[in-house]
Amino acid sequence: MLESMLYILTNFPLLLKGVVIAIEITVASILLGMVLGILVAFLKIYGSKPMKKVVSVYEWIFRGIPQLVLLFIVYFGLPEIGLNFGPFISVVIGLGLCSSAYQAQIYRGAILSIGSEQMEAGLSLGMSKFKTLFYIILPQAVRLSLPGFTNEFTIVLKDSPLAYAVGIAEILKYGRDLIVTSFRPFEIYLACAIIYFVLFQGFYYLFRFIASRYEVPGFLITEQ
Amino acid sequence: MPLVKVENVKKSFGKNTVLDGVSFTIEKGEVKVIIGPSGTGKSTLLRCINMLAPPDSGKIWLEETELTNPKTNLHHMRQKIGMVFQHFALFKHLKAIDNVALGLVKVKGMNRSDAYKKAMVDLQKVGLAEHADKYPAQLSGGQQQRVGIARALAMDPIVMLFDEPTSALDPELIGEVLQVMQDLAKEGMTMVCVTHEMGFAKSVANEIIFMEHGHILEASAPQEMFSNPKNERTRSFLHKIAELYGETL
Amino acid sequence: MSFFSALYKYLPSFGHGLWLTILLTIIAAILGFLASIPLVLGILYGNRFWKLLSKGFITIVRGTPLLVQLFFIYYGLPALGWRIAPFNAALIGFILNSAAYQAEYLKGGFLAITTEQMEAAYSIGLTKWQAIREIIFPQAFRFAIPALSNEVIYLVKYTSVAYIIQVPELLAQAKFFASDTFKHLEIYLLIGAVYLMLIWIVSKLTDKLEKKLYIPGFDISHLK
Repeated sequence: MLESMLYILTNFPLLLKGVVIAIEITVASILLGMVLGILVAFLKIYGSKPMKKVVSVYEWIFRGIPQLVLLFIVYFGLPEIGLNFGPFISVVIGLGLCSSAYQAQIYRGAILSIGSEQMEAGLSLGMSKFKTLFYIILPQAVRLSLPGFTNEFTIVLKDSPLAYAVGIAEILKYGRDLIVTSFRPFEIYLACAIIYFVLFQGFYYLFRFIASRYEVPGFLITEQ
Repeated sequence: MPLVKVENVKKSFGKNTVLDGVSFTIEKGEVKVIIGPSGTGKSTLLRCINMLAPPDSGKIWLEETELTNPKTNLHHMRQKIGMVFQHFALFKHLKAIDNVALGLVKVKGMNRSDAYKKAMVDLQKVGLAEHADKYPAQLSGGQQQRVGIARALAMDPIVMLFDEPTSALDPELIGEVLQVMQDLAKEGMTMVCVTHEMGFAKSVANEIIFMEHGHILEASAPQEMFSNPKNERTRSFLHKIAELYGETL
Repeated sequence: MSFFSALYKYLPSFGHGLWLTILLTIIAAILGFLASIPLVLGILYGNRFWKLLSKGFITIVRGTPLLVQLFFIYYGLPALGWRIAPFNAALIGFILNSAAYQAEYLKGGFLAITTEQMEAAYSIGLTKWQAIREIIFPQAFRFAIPALSNEVIYLVKYTSVAYIIQVPELLAQAKFFASDTFKHLEIYLLIGAVYLMLIWIVSKLTDKLEKKLYIPGFDISHLK
């Protein structure tokens, strides 16, 4: 038992090298998902009827196809038609597309729940539409989407080890390399789980902390 | 022997003392109305009587049984104490008739057909027989509250507790609920009502209890209370209520 | 050999893979749901010990990636002498996850019910367990249906991860097919469509369940 713990401790630094890449994958995928998600959310609310249909199909497809299948389409499939992205970008595209469909729902819900009265109230004070959007709608929308966003971030973080399937050197891959020489899968994979758990909790509480700093009565964002 | 006896009951939630030594008795057939500012422990007092909120100290008897004795079977005793809730608290996934019959089947162990027959009689009593198959969400607030009363009545209680039964209702729906309560009182039901309906209190109550800060400040017959309140706090509270509800006292 | 004639040849393997995917989903959904009930009751009504146990289980399972859990079960546990076949290892992982997530949704359903419902149940003489069984659970379950159906959709998607621990499910069959025929793009697009179809079926089925259990006043569509 003690020996196992010592073993985990001495090999921790190597596994931690994988942490950097895990965070890179997560952040990049979330950002791609955010850009596409905001676009989709706006198109779904303000777009023309056919446009709304199109983005609905988009959401349905990318919420429905497993991340791993998306990843394989991008990494193994697209090179057949000359699009070669390499493993890292492929993972980011795969996870990002999927996340964009979920993030779109978060932002749309937030915008819709603010209500048209807020816009009217802003305009009635003589503010321009842009100013109302920037000073009235946006601050509320950000607060309203924070819980959903936090949740989505942790989901993408937990999906990031799927990068292992296309040979990216993330935490699990480093773990696997260690096992080849040490034959101690139990300790290694336990250590991997602990690392992800700490990352998960860390980001979760980081976002909660951020949310609590911007908390306003009536927007209970840290209480879920 | 009184039907209900409450002796020096104290109850606090955290640091907040809600009941600070309350004692009174209820005789069979009596109607007591409890009034007082909000947050003074009226609802908690009702919940002590049926032990939904067991008191921290003090004793409560229903007939010969001491409810505050840990050995008492509360589930058995609660059948005898009907309760009507401020927000109706109907079981929302059950039809009106199922709400009334549930206790008969599950608690009294009646067979289903007898239970539903009896439940129908109780619904009839509150004038809702034709709505028996509706779900709570399909009924108006007044109708929901009458189902709530029928549900309590079905268990054949010997005393009924009303926790602000009309305060969640639109003004035009209050009358139908008060009418049912009035009829019950006429039939001799023992009742304890927390309410702001002073008209009801005046015409039905045997005694009005004024509570504030967890104490009973004054208790007397309605005429006495309304015409000659002894306590300055009672006087100002009644005055406020009269202004708010437009009651001519 | 053309794509379709190759596909025809591989049809039995794809049938087998589809069957494993469906089997994993159904068993994990049902056993996970059954396991989620004691978890929720433990959190909401249990004593300190059960609260801590249920909460700890949910936090750990939800706080670590599925793939890491599967590696731990499939590669890690044999080091302690428990050798587990790939399908069973995947099944264990999915049941644990589905229990933890469903418990969280079910808990939301329980919390949506006011305390007055419990008081009303007590006031007519029901015992605690009678009240939970007759009054609280039927309502909580209805509130939780949309989230629970989402969880089944997640399960369909995440069964594809089992491919990485050698379960010959749908995606694994596609991988075999692709490495034999080099038709990556076609097969992964096709497999993506199959997953979409599975998910469409699941959402139709849960819509039916929702309609069947519909009661006025439980209009839960707005909670989706």
